[in-house]
Amino acid sequence: MPVTPVLTAHWKVPGIWSLETYERHGGYRSVRAAFDLGPDEIIKMVKDSGLRGRGGAGFPTGMKWSFIPQGDGKPHYLVVNADEGEPGTCKDAPLMMTDPHSLIEGIIVASFAVRASRAFVYVRGELVHAARRLRNATAEAYRAGYLGQNILGSGFDLDLVIHSGAGAYICGEETALLDSLEGRRGQPRLRPPFPATHGLYNSPTVINNVETITSVPFIVNHGVEWFRSMGTEKSPGPKIYSLSGHVTRPGQYEAPMGTTLRELLELAGGVRGGRQLKAWTPGGSSTPMLTAEHLDVPLDFDGVMAAGSLLGTAALMIMDDTTEMVPVVRRLTQFYAHESCGKCTPCREGTTWMVQILSRMERGQGNPRDVDTLTDACGNIFGRAFCALADGAVSPIQSGIKHFPEEFAAAATPREQAAPAESGNGVAPASKNALAGAH
Amino acid sequence: MSVSNGVRLTPSESATVPEAVTGPAGAGVGTGAGPFGAETVAAAAEIIARYPIGRQRSALLPLLHLVQAEEGCVTAEGVEFCARQLGITAAEVHAVASFYTMYKRHPVGDWLVSVCTNLSCSLVGGQQVFDRLSEKLGVGHDQTTADGRITLEHAECLAACDYAPVMTVNYDFYDGVDPDAAEGIVESLARGERPMPTRGGPLCTFAEVSRQLAGFEDPRPEGVAGTGFLEPSVAGLTVAEQAGWRGEIAGTEPVDGPAGAAPVEQVLPDEVPADGARSGAAPAVTRPAGGPTVTSAAGDPTVTSAAGDPTVTSAAGDPTSAPAAPKTEGA
Repeated sequence: MPVTPVLTAHWKVPGIWSLETYERHGGYRSVRAAFDLGPDEIIKMVKDSGLRGRGGAGFPTGMKWSFIPQGDGKPHYLVVNADEGEPGTCKDAPLMMTDPHSLIEGIIVASFAVRASRAFVYVRGELVHAARRLRNATAEAYRAGYLGQNILGSGFDLDLVIHSGAGAYICGEETALLDSLEGRRGQPRLRPPFPATHGLYNSPTVINNVETITSVPFIVNHGVEWFRSMGTEKSPGPKIYSLSGHVTRPGQYEAPMGTTLRELLELAGGVRGGRQLKAWTPGGSSTPMLTAEHLDVPLDFDGVMAAGSLLGTAALMIMDDTTEMVPVVRRLTQFYAHESCGKCTPCREGTTWMVQILSRMERGQGNPRDVDTLTDACGNIFGRAFCALADGAVSPIQSGIKHFPEEFAAAATPREQAAPAESGNGVAPASKNALAGAH
Repeated sequence: MSVSNGVRLTPSESATVPEAVTGPAGAGVGTGAGPFGAETVAAAAEIIARYPIGRQRSALLPLLHLVQAEEGCVTAEGVEFCARQLGITAAEVHAVASFYTMYKRHPVGDWLVSVCTNLSCSLVGGQQVFDRLSEKLGVGHDQTTADGRITLEHAECLAACDYAPVMTVNYDFYDGVDPDAAEGIVESLARGERPMPTRGGPLCTFAEVSRQLAGFEDPRPEGVAGTGFLEPSVAGLTVAEQAGWRGEIAGTEPVDGPAGAAPVEQVLPDEVPADGARSGAAPAVTRPAGGPTVTSAAGDPTVTSAAGDPTVTSAAGDPTSAPAAPKTEGA
């Protein structure tokens, strides 16, 4: 299986983040093409391409765009979700850092298609290095006439604001992002109504991930057939797979949708130290963990779902056979407890209590009923909250218990001495110093 | 809900300085007095003007970053200031300020040191990095050293899992650190130096970076140019190059390669060699002579501490100091 550099193709070009270099490499070509094609034709192309949202849910992008009411007299908005923070996910930050104009080009084309004259990029606050490049690129694009009034004489106006967040994972959830962008606490909204009709400022809004929007100019430039020549029928195109954890060469590998972990590990030099694969996430911490049995699962939206997990952001966190699973699950559950926005009781309370149970188990003070309690708690959280954070929070626990029942059973048996596991490779035990009063 | 706000928010619909701030009605808590002088008011107006008229409340997150730039945290005065700019109540501002991790309720030091301890980093030693710094500095999470210089925090996933373990100082990244490298960085900060981040521009003060978070461009050209990035971001491209790829978009002919490379029929092979076939490509541990503070990540030879010598501010970007992990982008 080859790698297929598309979105990443220019990342090694020195200075590609500057307008001059970007244009020299064919940058902004799709903007003129899009103006010639017209908005409806672009929506049709994106629909026909089969592009599915790269932020995790995999919703067909063209369909999302076509939900935007036309001729409604309301302002339309494009909001790019760059609030990258799902543990394991690290593709949008390098994209914005190395090739920020490619995102801006996508924003122009997408905004033109959905008739939005104002666009926002909601960049995760901590990614200052990427936001610097993006703000600089935005200023360059304004000066060159790619943004602002009457872009390239087309009559199309577009203003773009790069808006930095302030450290809240939940703002990656699209309706929480909208509330945050409106200057509120980032808490999810009840749907329906959906953002396509009642989004930012109660107006029709398209929210897409960075990778999704950046894919659009390539479809415009090279066509639907080219895009569909990669990937699988229901998940076409290339995908940036992010490998991290116990892998020899962690990093970004752009390959066709449907590439397997076995193939990706081969590209990345295998599990580090020649060790055996024990567990992995196919798409970040919110996607149920898989095991070595799943090395040949095609990593596209449907393939991973058939294997009992989700493609998510294609963030593959690799854990080798030295990894202890109870600490892993405890650490991830701490993340959800910290990031729960507090709106829904099952998520707010449940994650906190589950951290306490898991920490106790890890300290050797497990109770024989702990596994049942955790399972029950997960059942009372999943599907019972406004947004997918709660569903994601139970994924590590449920999949951990499912695939490694003996480790959880052992931890649920009280041990005499509360000896913290000493493991150079596994997740370190919760240190009092580090996590007492953790935010 | 936004519509009703739009009706209420009359004072600052234009980019001009809101009267409520400068006029007698604004006299009182946190208005024009203290750190929030005319310059801050003007900056606030500039921020507000980015958002549609009637939707000024969208400016609240950047405004909170702005007041944090002035005071090192969000104080009651800062909350009042934001409330007055936007015509909302202090309670509404405080509700927002208390929600987000990056708004600090007590002053942070000159250097906010954040260590990722989430899964990908913890798998390769992130927690040990935190523990070492905690021991070294004598502070725990969200605490500041007695001299007020350094605040330590553990951070949730920083979206740099391929560079794990990572730490940031005022949100600029030091990739692939181990406890020794992290300690070296902190020692360098304590000496008043500014060790070069591995990604992003030269280190900013907390005030400077907070202004950037408020949406102002980094005024330093070198801040935008930054230090490039390292191999993990382009790991897939390296594999492609080794298989004969020449820079074109997959499935197309090269049209924009360096030196206007003529189109060639280049088909990537279905299989690329596994690691063993090109072991020379694997980065080695970087240990510059006499640089005890620079080591690769513990137990992970593929993560190379990139910052050359983090104790030296200017030489850090020198690719010669890290030959095994060359910079892949012009600085």
